Amino acid sequence: MHFAADYWYVALFALMGVIFIFVALFLAWLIRPHNPTPDKLMPYECSVRPVGEARVQFRIIFYLVALLFLAFDVEVVFLFPWAVVLRELGSIGLGLLAWFDMMLFIGILLLAWLYAYRKGMLDW
Amino acid sequence: MSLTQLCERLLNWTGLPVEVWVGLVVAVIIFLFMTVIVLAVVYLFRKFAGFIQLRLGPRYVGPRGVLQTVCDAVKLLAKEDIIPAEADKGIFIAAPLIVFLPAYLAYIVIPFGQPPHFQPKDLNLGILYVLAITSITVVGIITAGWASGSKWATIGGMRSGAQLISYEVPMSLAVLVPVLISGSLSMKDIAEMQGDRIWYWNAFNISYFGLAFIAFVIYMICALAETNQIPFDLPEAESELVAGYNVEYSGMRFAFFFLAEFSNLFVVCAIATTLFLGGWYAPLPFLPDDGFWSLLWFMLKTLTLVFIVLWIRSTYPRVRIDQLMEFAWKRLFPIALIDLGIVSLIVALR
Repeated sequence: MHFAADYWYVALFALMGVIFIFVALFLAWLIRPHNPTPDKLMPYECSVRPVGEARVQFRIIFYLVALLFLAFDVEVVFLFPWAVVLRELGSIGLGLLAWFDMMLFIGILLLAWLYAYRKGMLDW
Repeated sequence: MSLTQLCERLLNWTGLPVEVWVGLVVAVIIFLFMTVIVLAVVYLFRKFAGFIQLRLGPRYVGPRGVLQTVCDAVKLLAKEDIIPAEADKGIFIAAPLIVFLPAYLAYIVIPFGQPPHFQPKDLNLGILYVLAITSITVVGIITAGWASGSKWATIGGMRSGAQLISYEVPMSLAVLVPVLISGSLSMKDIAEMQGDRIWYWNAFNISYFGLAFIAFVIYMICALAETNQIPFDLPEAESELVAGYNVEYSGMRFAFFFLAEFSNLFVVCAIATTLFLGGWYAPLPFLPDDGFWSLLWFMLKTLTLVFIVLWIRSTYPRVRIDQLMEFAWKRLFPIALIDLGIVSLIVALR
C-alpha cells in the first residue's frame, strides 16, 4: 500500500494544472475582443469557401497501424516487469532462464511482425 | 510576530498537512519554470535558426530581441477566441487541456538536480509513468483534429495519431535498455547507477559494447518524432497542411498546444539526459556536482540535447509520410528489439 502513497502528488499536480489552464483562459477572456462574423467562423481552406465534408473517409492503413501498435505496445508493457527483475534474477543464477523465456515471447511476436511485413501491412 | 510564526498560524488554521502546501508551491514553481523554459527555448531557437540559415532572427523587441517571445505570449493572450461553426464545441474546448496536462504532469519525476531537493517527487514507477502520461497526448491531438471540422485539421490529426503511436513502440523499447541495466524504473535510481564518471554513463558505457548508445540514438530519433520536430513534422507540414491539427485554434487555446509542444521537447531531452547521460552528475569525479552544481550540470546536458534537436530542425528537409511510417515499423522496431535482446543477455549473464 505504501507504494501508492506517493501518487496523491500526481492528483495534486493534475488539479493545479487544470486551475492554471482556467486562470489563463479567464485572463484571456478578460482582455480579448469578441465579435464573431460568419466568415470568421468558417473552416479554414486556403481562402476559398470550403468544399464538401470535413470528416472525410480515411485509408484503412491508419486503423491497421493502430492495431499493430496495440499488439506491440502491450508486448512492451509485459517487458517492463521482466526488465526490472532480470538483474536480480541474474545474481541468483536464474538470469539465463529468464532471458530465454522472454526471448521465446519476443520471438513469437517477431514472427507476427514478419507475417505482417510479408502481408504488406507495414507498407504505407 | 515573526514571519515563520505567521506561516505556522496559517498552516494550522487551514488544517492541511504541510506536504500538501509544499506540493502546491512546487506545482506553481514547475508551471513557471515550464513557461520560462518554453519562452527561452523558442527565442533561442529562432535566433539560432536565423544564424544557421543566414538570417537575423528576432531583433527589435528588447535588446537583441530577447523580449520577442514574451510579446508573442501577450499577443496570444489578447487574441480573439474563435470556435468555428463546424466545430464540435465540447471536445474542441477540451482538446488543448488534454494535450497540455500530460506535458505538465511529466515534470513530476524529472530529477533536475540531486534528489530530493531538485526532484518534485521520485515516483517508484518513474519512467513508466512518464511513458504512460505522455501517450495521452495522442488522444488530445486526434480529438483536436477531428473536432475542428476542417479538412487540414482532420488530416493532420490522423497523421499525427499514426505517427505518435508508431514511434512510441521503439521509444519504449529503447527506454527498456537503461531500465535493464539499472534494474529500476525510478528516475533517481537510474541516474544514481550511472554515477559521476562519464565512461559509466549508459550511453558511453563500453561494457555494453555500444549497444546502449544505439538505444540512445533510437530514443532521440523517436523523441524527434514524438515532439513533431523536423524531419518528422508531418502533422503540421506548413506547405501541405498549413498547420495540421491546430489550424482552427486561436489565441490562448493555440498557446496551450504551442506550450505543450516545446515543453515536450524539453521533457524528452531531460529524460534522455537522465536515462543515458548520467542525469545531474558531473562527467568527471573531481568536478563539483552537489547542490546547485547538480542543477547546472543537468540543465547543461539537457539544453545541449535541445540544441542538437533544434540544429537538426533548422537543417534537414521533411520526410514523406510513407518513409516516416516504414522507417518506424521496418527499421527502428526490429533494431530496437534486437538491441534489447542482446543487452538483456549481457545483463542476465553478469
